[in-house]
Amino acid sequence: MQFEEIKSLIEKELSGSVLGEDLISTPKALLIDSSQIKSVCEFLHTHEKTYFDSLSCLTGLDNGEEANTMEVIYHMYSIPFDLHLTLRVALDRSKPTVDSVTDIWKTADWHEREAYDLLGIQFKGHPDLRRILLPDDWEGYPLRKDYVEQEKYHEVKVKY
Amino acid sequence: MKQEENISLGGLKTGEGGIIISKLDDLLNWSRLSSLWPVGFGLACCAIEFMSTASSAYDLDRFGVIPRNSPRQADVMIVSGTVTFKMADRVKRLYEQMADPKYVISMGSCANCGGPYWEHGYHVLKGVDRVIPVDVYVPGCPPRPEALIGGFLKLQEKIRTESIMRPKALEKLMKKDAV
Ligand code: SF4
Repeated sequence: MQFEEIKSLIEKELSGSVLGEDLISTPKALLIDSSQIKSVCEFLHTHEKTYFDSLSCLTGLDNGEEANTMEVIYHMYSIPFDLHLTLRVALDRSKPTVDSVTDIWKTADWHEREAYDLLGIQFKGHPDLRRILLPDDWEGYPLRKDYVEQEKYHEVKVKY
Repeated sequence: MKQEENISLGGLKTGEGGIIISKLDDLLNWSRLSSLWPVGFGLACCAIEFMSTASSAYDLDRFGVIPRNSPRQADVMIVSGTVTFKMADRVKRLYEQMADPKYVISMGSCANCGGPYWEHGYHVLKGVDRVIPVDVYVPGCPPRPEALIGGFLKLQEKIRTESIMRPKALEKLMKKDAV
């Protein structure tokens, strides 16, 4: 199955969910409406022709103040059909929130926690949205473009 | 061969053995520096060099250095690698769990001063001496096993000059009073 076919399959089932495409990325990416990302994932996961049973990676991305968006990027793979696909959603940078896909792929659990930990993206419906790498009492989200590290952590100076 | 027979016959107990006279300080220092047992834990790439130092090729055992798995049985802590702030609390706790006398070897640039993370590593402690006192710093990224052995020899040198009778801090204080 080709990229175009997958795209039209989604468009037929969930009209308006595909906002665009990015053919330069590897694998090729579809830009998805953030409010519909969960249904798109659900659809791709269960459809008999795609069956994307593996979420290879889930990444968060900050596009900076100028673009004023954050992104969540889903890399998925279909083991039976050997298909690759990337989905991307753009979120409002001041309040980045998106539905969690943990009920579709269990593996999303820690990936989403990482995106939350480093970028502060909220995943609605995540069963256990805590920091995963940094200590629980860390302040701020280090991968945001405008991040400034805290002065002290537990009474120890952070800067060199 | 003869001596072995002697011992097995309990010869030493009959007064045939020799007597060594030494200062208590020297005896204590000698016993301390001859069996420096480090807490066996590693933090990053430097730990790999620490492991190879303990391997047969470099044979750390010949200095009486045997890694222990509990801080309670250890004399020296080798901070081998990047200390993140999250880990710093744990390193401090491990240090506090060790029994006195205890020593710290800071191994590699990361533990010494933050290493390659000194500028942009928001999560890295810029030198483990900000949370625990360090006795010997071993430079390098990572230090070669020879360098770590050098660190141990340096620590032994330091222990050799210690005294239970005249704590250095007290000496300094008394000197200040005299002035
Ligand atoms: S000093 Fe270099 S080798 Fe050692 S932990 Fe740091 S980065 Fe790794």
